[in-house]
Amino acid sequence: MAGDTLTSSEYIKHHLTNLTFGQHSDGTWGLAHSAAEAKEMGFWAIHVDTMFWSILLGGLFIYFGKKIADRVTAGVPGGMQNFAEWLVEFIDDSVRGSFSGRNPLVAPLALTIFVWIFLQNLMDLVPVDVIPYLAGAIGIHFMKVVPSTDPNATFGMAIGVFMLTLYYSIKIKGVGGFMGELTLQPFSSDNPIVKLLFIPINFVLEFVSLIAKPISLALRLFGNMYAGEMIFILIAIMYNAGVVLGLFGGVLQLGWAIFHILIITLQAFIFMTLTIVYLDMAHNDH
Amino acid sequence: MNINLTLIGQLLSFAVFVWFTMKFVWTPIMGALDTRRKEIADGLAAAEHGQHEQELAKERAKEAIREAKGQAAEIINQAQKRASEIVDESKGNARSESERILAAAQAEIEQETNRAREQLRQQVAELAVLGASKILRKEIDAAAHKDIVEQLAQQI
Repeated sequence: MAGDTLTSSEYIKHHLTNLTFGQHSDGTWGLAHSAAEAKEMGFWAIHVDTMFWSILLGGLFIYFGKKIADRVTAGVPGGMQNFAEWLVEFIDDSVRGSFSGRNPLVAPLALTIFVWIFLQNLMDLVPVDVIPYLAGAIGIHFMKVVPSTDPNATFGMAIGVFMLTLYYSIKIKGVGGFMGELTLQPFSSDNPIVKLLFIPINFVLEFVSLIAKPISLALRLFGNMYAGEMIFILIAIMYNAGVVLGLFGGVLQLGWAIFHILIITLQAFIFMTLTIVYLDMAHNDH
Repeated sequence: MNINLTLIGQLLSFAVFVWFTMKFVWTPIMGALDTRRKEIADGLAAAEHGQHEQELAKERAKEAIREAKGQAAEIINQAQKRASEIVDESKGNARSESERILAAAQAEIEQETNRAREQLRQQVAELAVLGASKILRKEIDAAAHKDIVEQLAQQI
């Protein structure tokens, strides 16, 4: 494994660096060879590993989803269809429980979020060195296999959800209604002058709470997955510290992985539920 | 952790996945679930309807049995009536026949009696003539004393 020639901090740093494609400081395009180089590329660079794994997992999901949906029958369902129906009904129940409006987008959105995030998080259970080692063997130096430990991925989804909440807020309540929601509460008064004075205060409060939604959504998932990944990496370092610690590390890794099954499912569920709740708030007129 | 173009890439792929799921995954599966729900509801309704029909059929069957019973009782009544009629009729027939036979027999008996009486009378007349002739030891001319004999015979 990578530990032999690297110090622990280099090993950790190596594991936390994305495979970045962008423009080098000398003007040529290519893969970054170090974390510093990746940082220099600025905004116009792309994390190839995050994109690859997330699209691969999303592709797997929609491939199997389409396969099941094509053969779906209202009669006696097969094994795959049973599983899909269970999942669909679970999502449908969640949506019905938290979403009071009528919008055909919400339930499929929730399903996609839940399954996609779950699959991304699931990559965390693959031992941390396996895929980077295999990638290293074919000449790829950096490989972060859990897309949800990349804030780009979590923010990508959270911003998508945020845009939908903005869209539906304005569509349902109108621009005036939405602006009113941002400026006329929580403080209001019958006196028009006082009311006018409250507007900036209300706006600051409401704007912060509005912006806090996507940020908390993205950072919660990112933080949980990043911390979990970090613990797996730290446990993996123990494998280089002798037989006893190595065995202990193995036990720890197993225990953490079993516990992590709960976390990855829970985080996917939380992201999904909060998405439904935010969209419900966007649909509800106060 | 660098925020870069990946953000936009993820946003776009997220949008594509959501769109695809909505169009090709969620809708057909949910459609099948709805269809099945409807089929089950229809089946239950049909079962209930069938049960109701069965109740009605039972009721109808009871009605038919009751009617048939009534008809059977009527038929039996008629048959009994007819039978007693037949018995009465044959009784009457038998009585009149026996009366007829009796009358015929009586007439015959009377005839026979008359004939026997006539014969007896003749024989008595002959015997009387024979006896008288024997008493008188002479021939009685039957023809000559015919009226006497006749008288005698009449008296018997």
